[in-house]
Amino acid sequence: MSDLLLIFTDYTLRNVALGSAMLGVVGGVLGVFAVLRRQSLLGDVLAHAALPGICLAFILTGAKAPLILLVGGGLAGWLAAWLVLAVLRHSRLPEDSALGVMLSSFFGFGVALLTFIQHSNNASQAGLDQYIFGQAATIVASDVLNFTVLGGLALLTVGLFYKEFKLLAFDPAYAHSLGLPVRGLNTLLTSLTVLAVMVGLQTVGVVLMAAMLIAPAAAARQWTDRLGAMIGLSALFGALAGVSGALISATRENLPTGPLVVLSMSAILLVSLFFAPLRGLVWDWARTRQHRRRVYLERLLLDAHVLHAHGTLTPQSLAERRREPVAVALQNLEALRSLGWVQEHPQGFILTPTGEQKAHELEQAMRVLLHRVEGSS
Amino acid sequence: MIAQPKTVQHPESGASSPLSVRDLTVVYREKPALWDVDLEVPAGQLCAIVGPNGAGKSTLIKAVLGLVPVASGQVRFFGQSLEQARKRIGYVPQRGSVDWDFPTSALDVVMMGLYGRLGWFRRPGRLEREAALRCLEQVSMSEFAERQISQLSGGQQQRVFLARALAQNADLYFMDEPFAGVDAVTEEAILHVLHQLKGQGKTVVVVHHDLQTVRDYFDHLTLLNVQVIASGPMDETFTPENLKRTYGERMRWEA
Ligand SMILES: Nc1ncnc2c1ncn2[C@@H]1O[C@H](COP(=O)(O)OP(=O)(O)OP(=O)(O)O)[C@@H](O)[C@H]1O
Ligand SMILES: [Mg+2]
Repeated sequence: MSDLLLIFTDYTLRNVALGSAMLGVVGGVLGVFAVLRRQSLLGDVLAHAALPGICLAFILTGAKAPLILLVGGGLAGWLAAWLVLAVLRHSRLPEDSALGVMLSSFFGFGVALLTFIQHSNNASQAGLDQYIFGQAATIVASDVLNFTVLGGLALLTVGLFYKEFKLLAFDPAYAHSLGLPVRGLNTLLTSLTVLAVMVGLQTVGVVLMAAMLIAPAAAARQWTDRLGAMIGLSALFGALAGVSGALISATRENLPTGPLVVLSMSAILLVSLFFAPLRGLVWDWARTRQHRRRVYLERLLLDAHVLHAHGTLTPQSLAERRREPVAVALQNLEALRSLGWVQEHPQGFILTPTGEQKAHELEQAMRVLLHRVEGSS
Repeated sequence: MIAQPKTVQHPESGASSPLSVRDLTVVYREKPALWDVDLEVPAGQLCAIVGPNGAGKSTLIKAVLGLVPVASGQVRFFGQSLEQARKRIGYVPQRGSVDWDFPTSALDVVMMGLYGRLGWFRRPGRLEREAALRCLEQVSMSEFAERQISQLSGGQQQRVFLARALAQNADLYFMDEPFAGVDAVTEEAILHVLHQLKGQGKTVVVVHHDLQTVRDYFDHLTLLNVQVIASGPMDETFTPENLKRTYGERMRWEA
């Protein structure tokens, strides 16, 4: 608990937490569109491609001011996205290959530039490599201000163009047929994703950035079937991961913030995948099991009903009819009895009125179903 | 290739037809998907476009709507350019063209038909909701308004797409295989809507696959196989001769 209070008292931690939360929100919102448009890999390209941009900005200006480096990174990411589109339009390279090649090329170039800078005798080179994995500890108040402006700009634009982006993500051809400038909107959305990447470069770095775009959106999708709610949840999850990562890294000396933010996000995603009520694997599994059990019991009741009609519902006759051991038949009868569908009788078992009623309903439903299948063939 | 001198005798004057296509050619790679297509669609009729797989039927619709690049040709709507006539044109894409797992409801999808008219920055409100609900009603889908679209059957999804186009309140509709893979109930519902539209004086161009029903459902027929094989009133165009030329000699069919 005292760790939580640190956020308000510790100046460094407050900046780190705010910066990470901002990244979580902006990445979360833009990530929703990336994920829905099946462009997760494009986010990864944008992030990796920022590295050579950061290095070039440093070489050209000699400045270490984060904002200048971020702008360099953003421009390079944007250029990479544009190149991917150009390659796709003018070659037969499949999309994932084009993305993969672009990612590796830009990142490789960035690493080469980084090495070049480190080998040249420039005293101020220290610190550029922090953009590979991020170094949130370097975030100061002015950085938080930058993030807020960049991120605020991105969020405001998403708000303004919400319905256009929604249609673009769902059905771009139809958007085009309505006269919407689909290419312009595409460029805009990609540019906003670049802004999100710029917000994240100092905190999680180019390598881990994609996770902050994809994971919050993927987690949010598990909980809702509404786009608006998905965006809200995604932002919330991103922010939560940002703050938790910052806090955890503050309580342990030398634990890097960026990776912890991403790990927190992965934890949220994992929980969502397993436990979200709509799509969570655990509920899904439970529902399937429950359904199977119900169908099993209904089949059982129908068998019992047939034997009951002959007046011979006993463990032995049930076992014979269902080709199962008598012990299993006993268990089955016990299950039916606990449901109130059969009761004991001097000659064995009989169906209760509820059981008969239920069996009739089932037979009726079965007849309708079979009739429909025959009718449609 | 020698450029043909174009005689500009476009029906700019008088009652222009809803869709008039001249010399339309579309090339995806090397092979043309459409070659020199000429087409006049008569106003207020239900028009079928029929042809074998790969004949370029979808391409024709996409090309006139500006969704695929055109190598050459001219397209006019009501005597106007696509940009000028945009608000009078509605489109029902093939159902398989989108991801139905998108997080949205049937009603939401129908409201998308109103985005063009809403203009920038305005969000759909109560009026739009009501308009969209009425369109869902027209295709007998009101009870599914709030349902997530992946939980609809194929036929229901098709009807949602139809309702979305109805919301556009257009004068000319393009529908790409609305009858594909739907059951009798949905087929009936779609047909009902087509007749309603016709009753309102609207023109509907439908890509259709079923030669058994095409004569009963439509007034006008265009047989397409890269080129236009024949185009005109159903009775004159739906002939064994024309069908053979469209589908090839081996095609068996019953009169
Ligand atoms: N995006 C594309 N890129 C390249 N070729 C394409 C593309 N879309 C269609 N084609 C080709 O153009 C031709 C016409 O395709 P189109 O989809 O218009 O046919 P169709 O008449 O609608 O067929 P179907 O009955 O199967 O829907 C086909 O040979 C197809 O392979
Ligand atoms: Mg087609």
